[in-house]
Amino acid sequence: MKRARSRTWLLWLIPLAFLLYFFYQPLLAIFRQVFSERFNQGWQFFTWSQITQPLLFTLWQAFLSTLLTLLIGLPAAWLFSRFDFPGRKGLRALSLLPFILPTVVVATAFNTLIGPRGWLNLILMDLFNLSNPPLNLLNSLPAILLAHVFYNTSIIIRMVGNSLTRLNPHYEEAARVLNASPWQAFREVSLPLLLPSILGASLLVFLFDFTSFGVVLMLGGPQYATLEVEIYTQAMSRFNLPMAGLLSVVQLAFTLLITLLQNRVSSPRYGKAALNSERKTLRRPVSRKQKAFVILMSLLLLILFVSPVISLVSRSFVTFEAARGERGEFETGFTTRYYTELFQNRTGSIFYTNPLAAIRNSLVYSVITMLVATTMGFLTAYALSRAGRFRRWLEPFFMLPLGASAVILGLGFLITFNRPPWTSGRFPILIPIAHSLVALPFVVRTILPAIQGIPNSLREVARVMGAKPWRVFYEVDLPILLRAVIVSLAFSFTISLGEFGASSFLANARTPTIPVTIFRYISQPGALNYGQALAMSTLLLITSAAGSLLIEKIRLPGEELF
Amino acid sequence: MNKTHLTLLAVLILLLAACQPSTGTPANQPQTLSIMTHDSFSMSAELVSKFEQENNASLVFIQGGDAGSSLNRLILTSVGSPTPEVDVFYGLDNTFLSRALEQDLFEPYQPDALAAIPDQFKLDPTFQVVPINYGDVCINYDKAWFADNQLSLPSSLEELANPQYAGLLVVENPATSSPGLSFMLASIAHFGEDGWLDWWQALKDNGVTIVSDWETAYYTNFSGSSGRGPQPMVVSYASSPAAELIFAETELSESPTASLVAPGMCWRQVEFAGILKNTPNLALAEKFIDFMLSQNFQEDVPMQMFVYPVLPDALLPEDFVTASQIPENTASLDSELIAANRDAWVNQWADLMIN
Amino acid sequence: MLRVEEIYKDYDGKPLLRGITFEVGQGELVCLLGSSGSGKSTMLRIIAGLEDPKSGKVCLDGIDISQKPTHERGFGLMFQDYALFPHRSVAENIAFGLRMARLPKSEIDILVRKALESIHMQDFAARPVTELSGGEQQRVALARALAPDPRLLMLDEPLGALDHSLRTELLKDLRKRLHDSQKPVIYVTHDQEEAFALADRLLLLNDGLLVQEGAPETVFNRPANAWVASFLGLGNLVPGKIIDDGRVETALGLLELQTQSEIEIGSDCVLLLRPEDALLGEKAEQLAHHLRAIVRDSVFQGEHYRLEVLAGDTLLQVNSQYDIDPGQPLSLGWLQNALLCLPVS
Repeated sequence: MKRARSRTWLLWLIPLAFLLYFFYQPLLAIFRQVFSERFNQGWQFFTWSQITQPLLFTLWQAFLSTLLTLLIGLPAAWLFSRFDFPGRKGLRALSLLPFILPTVVVATAFNTLIGPRGWLNLILMDLFNLSNPPLNLLNSLPAILLAHVFYNTSIIIRMVGNSLTRLNPHYEEAARVLNASPWQAFREVSLPLLLPSILGASLLVFLFDFTSFGVVLMLGGPQYATLEVEIYTQAMSRFNLPMAGLLSVVQLAFTLLITLLQNRVSSPRYGKAALNSERKTLRRPVSRKQKAFVILMSLLLLILFVSPVISLVSRSFVTFEAARGERGEFETGFTTRYYTELFQNRTGSIFYTNPLAAIRNSLVYSVITMLVATTMGFLTAYALSRAGRFRRWLEPFFMLPLGASAVILGLGFLITFNRPPWTSGRFPILIPIAHSLVALPFVVRTILPAIQGIPNSLREVARVMGAKPWRVFYEVDLPILLRAVIVSLAFSFTISLGEFGASSFLANARTPTIPVTIFRYISQPGALNYGQALAMSTLLLITSAAGSLLIEKIRLPGEELF
Repeated sequence: MNKTHLTLLAVLILLLAACQPSTGTPANQPQTLSIMTHDSFSMSAELVSKFEQENNASLVFIQGGDAGSSLNRLILTSVGSPTPEVDVFYGLDNTFLSRALEQDLFEPYQPDALAAIPDQFKLDPTFQVVPINYGDVCINYDKAWFADNQLSLPSSLEELANPQYAGLLVVENPATSSPGLSFMLASIAHFGEDGWLDWWQALKDNGVTIVSDWETAYYTNFSGSSGRGPQPMVVSYASSPAAELIFAETELSESPTASLVAPGMCWRQVEFAGILKNTPNLALAEKFIDFMLSQNFQEDVPMQMFVYPVLPDALLPEDFVTASQIPENTASLDSELIAANRDAWVNQWADLMIN
Repeated sequence: MLRVEEIYKDYDGKPLLRGITFEVGQGELVCLLGSSGSGKSTMLRIIAGLEDPKSGKVCLDGIDISQKPTHERGFGLMFQDYALFPHRSVAENIAFGLRMARLPKSEIDILVRKALESIHMQDFAARPVTELSGGEQQRVALARALAPDPRLLMLDEPLGALDHSLRTELLKDLRKRLHDSQKPVIYVTHDQEEAFALADRLLLLNDGLLVQEGAPETVFNRPANAWVASFLGLGNLVPGKIIDDGRVETALGLLELQTQSEIEIGSDCVLLLRPEDALLGEKAEQLAHHLRAIVRDSVFQGEHYRLEVLAGDTLLQVNSQYDIDPGQPLSLGWLQNALLCLPVS
């Protein structure tokens, strides 16, 4: 069919061009640089262990983190998509929040909770009359793992949860009538049907953990170095660019490998019919077991996600300072000082940013990222869904940005796009583009399974009834895909909002984002600076929550969702 | 809220972004001068306007990350392009000096104002870069803690290895932190290339805590900060106590922290600025360098960046005078030596302290 | 023998089932009829144990099984969308219940083969169910439900998803298979044609209550109320008022009934006038009471013409041997013993 094929080419062209121009081009440019003659002297320090050590550690901690994230994320996804209970919406929203927090904020939040002088230690010391904090959780591998779980569980909840709500409950019910116990029914029927979605989400989590930088640096401490940390150190403080480049190549190679591996293992052939139910599957917990599950799971989520957030937010309203001279005795009191201070430019600095301006900047970037990433991802997903056999080889091509070093890519951007029109004007368009590159794989991974789940018969019926292709798309595909599109919009929005690395690299000093301003405050000593960093973080949380809530309220007229 | 609303909202936000107030358009087009700095750079808005108006200029600041990152960026972007990305670079410090100079990026310029600057700061005899300010990396201590525990302060680096200070010090990894690197260099300057590792071994045996970056050290580990950590001594800046006083929540009569400034315990970081070769705005760039050495700018520097002016006549804010101490004998090393051995030293340090 | 007692169930806070009681005996095929949303599927799910009623019992052979979990009840359920496991082949689907019951593999193989033979799909054993047509899926779904030899079989609108021609064909097939299996069957549908073709007994569900129970002929001849008559499409329903014993005031005039109705004098009722019982033309004029009407429309229906006529202000449907052009006047009437006065609800 000639017409269909020509349209497919177009679908490919746009996201392909986008990626080639904004990702592969700068990547090649920087690689060409770092491996050139100019930086040759870096090779004198080369040893194989400089590659293998960080590589092995990176793989190991990513694997552990992903496992733990699944351990908590899967029951959580189940909780939110199968049960109706008071506070469900709120708890779910809170569990999705950590994703946006910049690492420096998470480190601070963890510190206020489990740090040497955090709530937990203070309580324990009080209870057991200890002079030294018993819990030494920070600066350790558990801290890294915990932070990863904290960050990435929301990916599982969003993506697997999406599939769970789409899964036709009749399958499991049919199995139960056919002599299968509830657990057997789940294992034999639901789990295989959910597997592609679970694997897809796990891959994303793994890649995120694989390229983890801030968490390892700040919460793990110096004895832990992932590839990304090594790249940063080699490039930025040792000026050993070829080493950094080499490590980055290794990182990319492994990203490719892992993506290919995951593709082999999951095959959503039968996902088609399974995942397009529109039935409401939320029920109140009835049996004792169900009630226990709901209560325990909610409690766990509250402790894991909500408490650090609350700890942070509450700390931004509390002053501990009054009598700093007294050791062990400090007056606590409610204060909005940190927030009012945000609006003051005490030092008259030109780089002072009004918090509302920072919020506005962040929102502008995030909305643009949202639209760009979702559009590109949508086209990519469609193109991939028609690629047939080639999909296996093409998909990694679009997933690679997730595994690229932020440092290397950032440098690549700098040397490729350091001329007008990219640098002219007050608005650096590169920032939302960089964010879109990171968000793109998420969007593809969310929308693609949804597209594959649309039964062809529906489309055929529509066409037989005389609908033009556009109409078919609008009437058949879009309503089914809407949920996936909304999830993608929410994802890309939050990714952009909390993104720090690219923003600081590429930012015009006059239009900083919220994370950049947070970092500015916390990189200076002084109680007010610390407090303002916390206050700004709280504003970030509020912005993200509000944005996500708004997005998830999108409905097609007459459509009833989640 | 439906799709139409969202689209409208998006369009609205985009329009908002586009319609930012312009910074004023005088009759003749102002000349743009772009300056790359590291992230800690700051300057008061008043001074910026002053310069802009006096010179019919428009200043554009590009923040390139920390000291190392911004230099890297400069080096990379200058490759093979006829005109540099920026006109002026500020933020080179003495640990990176050789590396920067050997890349031959800067245009020598000897402003008149340099005559008033003490020689100790003029580390570049070719004047490709000129000193603008300096800061000292010193150990900060928590006054209240030491008072409560009736512990005397260590008066030398050697004393830090004594058992009464076991577990009380937190330092940063020189590979990932600028003050960490400075402190390491200070120890090399003090103990010499043969003895410094032994001292670090002693510190390690004495339970020193090592973290990756200043934020963690200061706000997670240090007891004297708002983070209220367990260690009462941290490697930070001599100006940090002043910041604690100025940015305190309530009016304090004195800063809760202070620095250990005995000879050899601190490392002086001098920061330089330079004009990039082949900049099309040479005259304006020179004016800006002059401006940075002027009294106005030099006196602005402490409150903006919490470092000290190189101009001896520049007045310091009162809180600075009371709260921070200026060490008399800071450690220093020849910058060529640093350039040649830094990587090796950092590796040795890491091998000993981390692995 | 299955017995459900006083089943109450709410949905979305509103009552759905309001005290349903009925029995299904060995070898009986009972049809649960009602409009969409009337709670028929919910009733099945309650019997299967997939949902719990607000109150009431489900008993099998005298034993209360309300607390038993679904997988121990030994019932069979066929869903409207078949719910065939997409990741498994035809044979694997059919074998599923047997596998869960832990039968030895050899026995499972035999039973599956037999099942495939009975639905004439022996060659389909390894085929993925996603490649089956609608009719094929239906047969496999039924085979899967029957394979574990359930004590009771429930079917939830099994022909609902199919187009008309397929439905008629499968209806005959289904009827034979169900009767051959000799199992008690509860068949849920909203299509009265299916119900009449299959059922030994009909259960009519409306507004949460069982409004009538009985053999198809009984229900056909004596619908319990106007809703039943309307739902089954038995004929014209004309509202009226009983003014006297045996006399009803309607828009068509005062009519006399032959049979006594149990409705109170003075209350409303609905008169059932069956199209097939209508007398036309001369025959009508011989009646004591006949109507004059104008033909509005005539539709050929194979054995007769279905005429739509306007008598006064009332539209009526009548069957006619001959075609009569629209616009023509027509006399029509019903024998007294063909009139049935029904309570409203």
